[in-house]
Amino acid sequence: MKRVTLALTLALAAGLTAQAADAQTLKTVKDRGVLSCGVSQGLPGFSSPDDKGNWTGIDVDVCRAIAAAIFNDPTKVKFVPTSAKDRFTALQSGEIDVLSRNTTWTISRDTSLGANFTGVTYYDGQGFMVKKSLKVNSALELNSASVCVQTGTTTEQNLADYFKANNMKYEVIAFGTNDETVKAYEAGRCDVFTTDQSGLYANRLKLANPNDHMVLPEIISKEPLGPMVRHGDDQWFDIVKWTLFALVTTEELGITSKNVDEKAKMENPELKRVLGSDGNFGEQLGLTKDWVIRIVKATGNYGEVFDRNVGAGSPLGIARGLNNLWNKGGLQYAPPIR
Amino acid sequence: MSTEARKPPAQIALKIRRVLGGKTGWNGIVVQFVFAAILGWIGYEIVSNARANLENQHIAAGFGFLRNNAGFDVNQTLISYTGSDTFLRVFVVGLLNTLVVSVVGIVFATVLGFVVALCRLSPNWLLSRIGEIYVEIIRNLPLLFQILFWYLAVLAALPNPRQSISLLGIAFISNRGLVIPQPIGQAGLDPFLLVLGFGIVAVLALRIYARRALFQRGQMIRIWPYVLGLLFGLPLATMLLVGLPFTFELPQLKGFNFAGGSRIIPEFVALTLALSTYTAAFIAEIVRAGILSVHKGQMEAGASLGLSRGTTLRLIVVPQAMRVIVPPLTNQYLNLTKNSSLAVAIGYPDLVSVWAGTSLSQTGQAIEIIAMTMGVYLLISLLTSAIMSVYGWRVSRSLGA
Repeated sequence: MKRVTLALTLALAAGLTAQAADAQTLKTVKDRGVLSCGVSQGLPGFSSPDDKGNWTGIDVDVCRAIAAAIFNDPTKVKFVPTSAKDRFTALQSGEIDVLSRNTTWTISRDTSLGANFTGVTYYDGQGFMVKKSLKVNSALELNSASVCVQTGTTTEQNLADYFKANNMKYEVIAFGTNDETVKAYEAGRCDVFTTDQSGLYANRLKLANPNDHMVLPEIISKEPLGPMVRHGDDQWFDIVKWTLFALVTTEELGITSKNVDEKAKMENPELKRVLGSDGNFGEQLGLTKDWVIRIVKATGNYGEVFDRNVGAGSPLGIARGLNNLWNKGGLQYAPPIR
Repeated sequence: MSTEARKPPAQIALKIRRVLGGKTGWNGIVVQFVFAAILGWIGYEIVSNARANLENQHIAAGFGFLRNNAGFDVNQTLISYTGSDTFLRVFVVGLLNTLVVSVVGIVFATVLGFVVALCRLSPNWLLSRIGEIYVEIIRNLPLLFQILFWYLAVLAALPNPRQSISLLGIAFISNRGLVIPQPIGQAGLDPFLLVLGFGIVAVLALRIYARRALFQRGQMIRIWPYVLGLLFGLPLATMLLVGLPFTFELPQLKGFNFAGGSRIIPEFVALTLALSTYTAAFIAEIVRAGILSVHKGQMEAGASLGLSRGTTLRLIVVPQAMRVIVPPLTNQYLNLTKNSSLAVAIGYPDLVSVWAGTSLSQTGQAIEIIAMTMGVYLLISLLTSAIMSVYGWRVSRSLGA
């Protein structure tokens, strides 16, 4: 762990001393022929490799969508697993082009890291998981508990805030990776495991007896998760941002990976604009006119991505909730493509 | 015409020339100055360039963040610390945690290493085989794996706090660690410490006196009854006179965990165990090499004087072996200290975990934090080396080498 950080820091120092920030990310990616995408070290539903080494998850699909928009080929992505504490350094040093790794959008991360959040792919909140045998029904009953947490996360700070605000004592044990944290929780080192609620459900699947554990009802924080890009390259920022918007817009318009070709032939003015037969929005982004078609064919719309990875069609079975479209009671909303 | 003696050459100028220029004289000095200037210039360029680029990319820079609130908690703190303290304090907390695990690890590793080495050298077949097996197994397995093994083994073997193992009802062992009664100072504390301190000083003085008597006048003085009296009798008498120096606060099970008492966390135990057993295997080999380097005639000479094997080792062989042992032993101490940074794998809050880990990711100031961390490890290592050099010098001097 330390060596990775050290190597990245040296790379960062070297990169910073060699030349000013390279503002040509799109050109760099095209020349390289592959998108370098920072993901987690394995969080089911968001980014995790299967037994054949193929990466899946919402965060993975975001990168596949960007690759599809650029290369018309969702496989031209190199996934770089990053730990919670190495992720920003990897982005700053240019090791990755985009960080798509269940990362919470906060003001300090947006302003002091030399990076920008491009939008929200998943509205999450921090929760707690305990063993059912403890007979605890609320997070407010956790006074004097031992809590396992992954180091370098907003989770760690929310935890301190929550226990302080509720005047409760606790013991924190912080681990370097998600898997180490879960292992210590399972070994009984701590009473409580805390992370974003989606992560709790995902990690519960990894436990030997998932049914012996329960997620407490309290959500103690706002955790809007989204991809990040480096400061100083507005074109690249726009591409990543509008790839997210394209995913949401297509769901709103009922465009799916299956019917996209039919929809492209329809004489509806909005469909024609979005799918590129009218206007040249794709070219203004530095892409091609059919960029949205490429994205939807590769990954499907936001609803399909959600269902396949974390929703009803996945082992996690998480309800849409806040992540539903704005006109269906959720928060997912994209500015118009026009 | 008078003959004048040739002026002696200016010693200082000569010395400078020799130190800086070596055999090449003044030319060499010029080359060295130019080289130093180029190095300095490159260093300056790197720093100023990095600073300008950080500013261009709007990445926060500088050490102002040290005064900001950290906002996260740490499991083991040797000084008082809460989430509302500053990052600077987090740094100190992490540093102390690294130091305590290193020092305790070094002590255990040294003792265990010497014991294993003596086992391996023992004429007893079983003992020497045990020593050999220990060394061959421990030093050939990766350290990270051993740390995880001890951690998971320790955790798996221990019950949860509600079923904790009670030691006479005052200390408890569970998978939350070892909870022991916490001493709380009472009125009698100051005189007690004063007397204890006096006892220790007096014992040391007595020892020096006894050694001098032995070496200069050949007179054996039996000092242990005095030592016992000074270290135990005197403090006990004080206690009877002015009352107990401290009382103990007993730990009690409240809710999930024990309240009151002091606690040794399992992460610390596992890390210390792994580091000291691992390093002990290397130290054992170094000690064995050192002892074997002493000519066997020394052992035989001791035997012919009627000294027992243990006494010969202690008085004759080990002091000579120390000359060979100390330099590589220093390396092992440095390795142990640096290896303690693997702590992050089992959640022990050492410097790398809380500072180069959590604090780095909370502030994003990688360059400053990694530079500080590297600086601290360098400083610890140089200090350890310096102490060991002084010790090695004393050993050589006492042998008249």
